[in-house]
Amino acid sequence: MPEKSFEVFPRSPKKTYGLMELVKGTAPGVEKEPEDTTFTWPNLFYNEFLMALAVTALLLFLSLYVQAPLEEEASRDTTPNPMKAPWYFLGLQELLVFFDPWIAGVALPVLIMIGLMLIPFLDINPKGRGSYTFSERKFAVTNYSFGMALWVVLIIIGVWFRGLDWNWYWLWENGHVHKPVAAGLGDLPVMFSRNLGISDFAGKAISDLLMLAYFAIGLIIPAWFFKGFFKRLGVVRYITTMVLFLIMVGIPIKIALRLVFSIKYAIITPWFKI
Amino acid sequence: MSKLMNRISNWVTSTPFWKAVFRHGYEDTARNRSLTTFSNVLYHLHPVKTRRESIKIRYTWCMGGTSLLLFVILTVTGVLLMFYYVPDTRRAYQDIKDIMTVVSFGSTFRNVHRLAAHGMVFTVWVHMTRVFLTGAYKPPREFNWIVGVLLLVLTLLLSWTGYLLPWDQLALWAITVGTKMAAATPFFGVEGPFGAELGMRPDNDVKFMLLGGTEVGQNALLRFYVLHCVVLPLFVVVFLAVHFWRVRKDGFSGPL
Ligand code: HEM
Repeated sequence: MPEKSFEVFPRSPKKTYGLMELVKGTAPGVEKEPEDTTFTWPNLFYNEFLMALAVTALLLFLSLYVQAPLEEEASRDTTPNPMKAPWYFLGLQELLVFFDPWIAGVALPVLIMIGLMLIPFLDINPKGRGSYTFSERKFAVTNYSFGMALWVVLIIIGVWFRGLDWNWYWLWENGHVHKPVAAGLGDLPVMFSRNLGISDFAGKAISDLLMLAYFAIGLIIPAWFFKGFFKRLGVVRYITTMVLFLIMVGIPIKIALRLVFSIKYAIITPWFKI
Repeated sequence: MSKLMNRISNWVTSTPFWKAVFRHGYEDTARNRSLTTFSNVLYHLHPVKTRRESIKIRYTWCMGGTSLLLFVILTVTGVLLMFYYVPDTRRAYQDIKDIMTVVSFGSTFRNVHRLAAHGMVFTVWVHMTRVFLTGAYKPPREFNWIVGVLLLVLTLLLSWTGYLLPWDQLALWAITVGTKMAAATPFFGVEGPFGAELGMRPDNDVKFMLLGGTEVGQNALLRFYVLHCVVLPLFVVVFLAVHFWRVRKDGFSGPL
């Protein structure tokens, strides 16, 4: 504490600052650069106010033309076909085509949320804070963009390309005519045992091994080729990052397997199927 | 005339009442500019001075603020709708019909409420994307990113619970599909992996808890109504308070 302080300048009513006293000691601001700041009022409030006006006006204007839908009263006697969730859930509903409900409706959403929350702890690259940059954080930005793109594509499919019985309808097709039931789907283990003429057990073993190999290769190869990346992250962070990444990439892979090879399940256990 | 106006306004602004409400003059001085910000309970969410670069719309895209604005609009229009809506399966649908056709400005409020709800889901996603692309979740803001993800989940849950309230076909079946998935939850749902093994039945699993029954009916409507109008908004408000507090305490990320 200073022993004695005295007023150097009288306070000016027009200024927010004034030299109050001279003291000895160290101050937290000593080595900081002066910041390029400006008054919040009116500069920031001005933007916020204009934005608020614009959004409110837009909403009121749109509300004249876009009527909130109200269909027939709820009834168990008739089931709408197709039954569509609101657009922001259509990504998940679309995944129901390719995955069992516990994956599409529960496991994946939970993983997405946990994955999102983990981002700050997995991405330890200190660069690119406070500005838009791709070159300084290629992996992070690519990863996020991939996930977002996948999400948006699934939503677009759900909104515009799904019709009766959740079948694919192009925009120019008649949406009131049912499509023939698609050819049956098979399971990967059964396909192996049938086409290769091996036992059921061997077919199952092959598909289980393939799944293991997907994760093993996905974990080992990048660590091998990007040693710096692996070293920087450390084992735990690396494995968490890559497992989440592989699960994300696994989704379009499973979709492709289903569309190209008519595969329904790749892994079959007595309790669940993937 | 204008002299008279001047005199009136001078008199009004010199009354003790006026001065008690508006504590500082409008004279354009740096001191008044600061006072405007920090003597007002709403404005003082902001710092008195902001970095020039952070104010630019091309940096924030204004999306966090717009999400907040939409949340406020939703609260106001939602309260108005609550005056006319009763969560009873026998009349909920008719109440919505009345709002759309009989109640003055009812359709405006309902349309705005719905548009703002869709808009908020969108702006929150975009806000998250801007935060990601500017690396604004990096230390020291990791915690605020987590709070943000919780806000995103709450926003989606709010939309989803609101979806049931009109009690039309869209509502009933969307929620039926949605809660079917709850029954498929691993461990806690009767149809989920390990659910039956752990003793889950249709009348004690998570779906039952969510709906207050085995199918979407009166109990479900009441539960969704209370969640939608009271519980979830309260959670949002609490997390928003933390969110803004953190933005102030961690400093805004903008370019240096
Ligand atoms: C109800 C939803 C939300 C509201 C109303 C909201 C509001 C805001 C506002 C007003 C800001 C100030 C800067 C800006 O406008 O960009 C902000 C900053 C921030 N938000 Fe949100 N937010 C929400 C959801 C989220 C989500 C989903 C995330 C991420 C997952 C998030 C993460 C952050 C972070 C890390 C900051 C600090 C940014 C910086 O310093 O540059 N918020 N939020």
